[in-house]
Amino acid sequence: MVVAEVKIELKKGVADPEGMNTKKTLKLLGWDVDKVETGKLFEIDLGDNISKEEAKKEVEEMCKKLLANPVIQTYDISIID
Amino acid sequence: MKREDVDVAVLRIEGTNCEEESYLAFKRLGANAEKVHLKQLLSKDVLEDEERSLDGYDILMIPGGFSAGDYIRAGAIFGARTKSALGEELKNFVETGKPVLGVCNGFQILVEMGLLPAVDKTISQVPKAALETNDSNRFECRPTLLKVEDNSNCVFTRGYKEHEIVLYPSAHKEGKFVLDESISLEELEKNDQIVFRYTAPDGGEPEYPWNPNGSLDNIAGICNPEGNVLGLMPHPERVFDPYTNPDWTRKGLKENRGDGKTLFKSVLEYVEDNF
Repeated sequence: MVVAEVKIELKKGVADPEGMNTKKTLKLLGWDVDKVETGKLFEIDLGDNISKEEAKKEVEEMCKKLLANPVIQTYDISIID
Repeated sequence: MKREDVDVAVLRIEGTNCEEESYLAFKRLGANAEKVHLKQLLSKDVLEDEERSLDGYDILMIPGGFSAGDYIRAGAIFGARTKSALGEELKNFVETGKPVLGVCNGFQILVEMGLLPAVDKTISQVPKAALETNDSNRFECRPTLLKVEDNSNCVFTRGYKEHEIVLYPSAHKEGKFVLDESISLEELEKNDQIVFRYTAPDGGEPEYPWNPNGSLDNIAGICNPEGNVLGLMPHPERVFDPYTNPDWTRKGLKENRGDGKTLFKSVLEYVEDNF
């Protein structure tokens, strides 16, 4: 089985209100926090009949067609299994 | 074409929730409107008499809601499903000059599909803009004032006076319009693509909450360079009637018109005159 992990993050410079809000709340709870950035994680199981190289290519297509909007987001793919 | 022959598709999938008032806006103006599920256009998992073709319609509207639960990004799933199955048909639809309207989630979907801003081609391969999370990180739900910026090019705003201020309610969490680095604001302006901007009651700079989301240059709605594809965050269909404008008791009901009615009337007149 080949499993890919896709991390979607906001590009540098794109506002991250959820991260800012989380930081504010963590500070209210007493932690000294400089910055919080939020993102999204997808774990995709591509089954057994695919090589790791092919899987990476396929997942890259998935990112372009659905998982990321390149205007505001970046993606990072790692094959974890 | 006669008004009653104008066929309007109000397209929905699971999670769309503004289809009823959108459909009624067209229907009450005398058009032949229909609520259509995406599956009906794909002829998949539907009965034979439910099958429809995009070609058979003169206007396409994608209404608001939370299609597919706003998973991945608002509008991403509806956009990807529609584009992969109907991309070519949609391109032809737009290129023949037929109007496409996206409100709220519909605007997010048009942007995700690359049908807006569409600066250099009808439909871009990847999105060239985005509707980001509001600066407030909250769902902003309240009346907003919009300035009609352009009425020469866009087929949806011909009935409004230039720089007329209209009240449409906003209700969204992802409405902050941003552009890809490859497209400049000047380019949109030059192409007359900025149709609605948020405004303050005196017509001046809209501080929050008059700009509810922190949108680039206070943009609330844009069209393609040809003017037949319009996307906007606020909801014209919710102010079709004068008594759904929140200030109707003060203004009275002299004119039987909510601020949003003119948008639907304008596009129907365009289709009557040109097809």
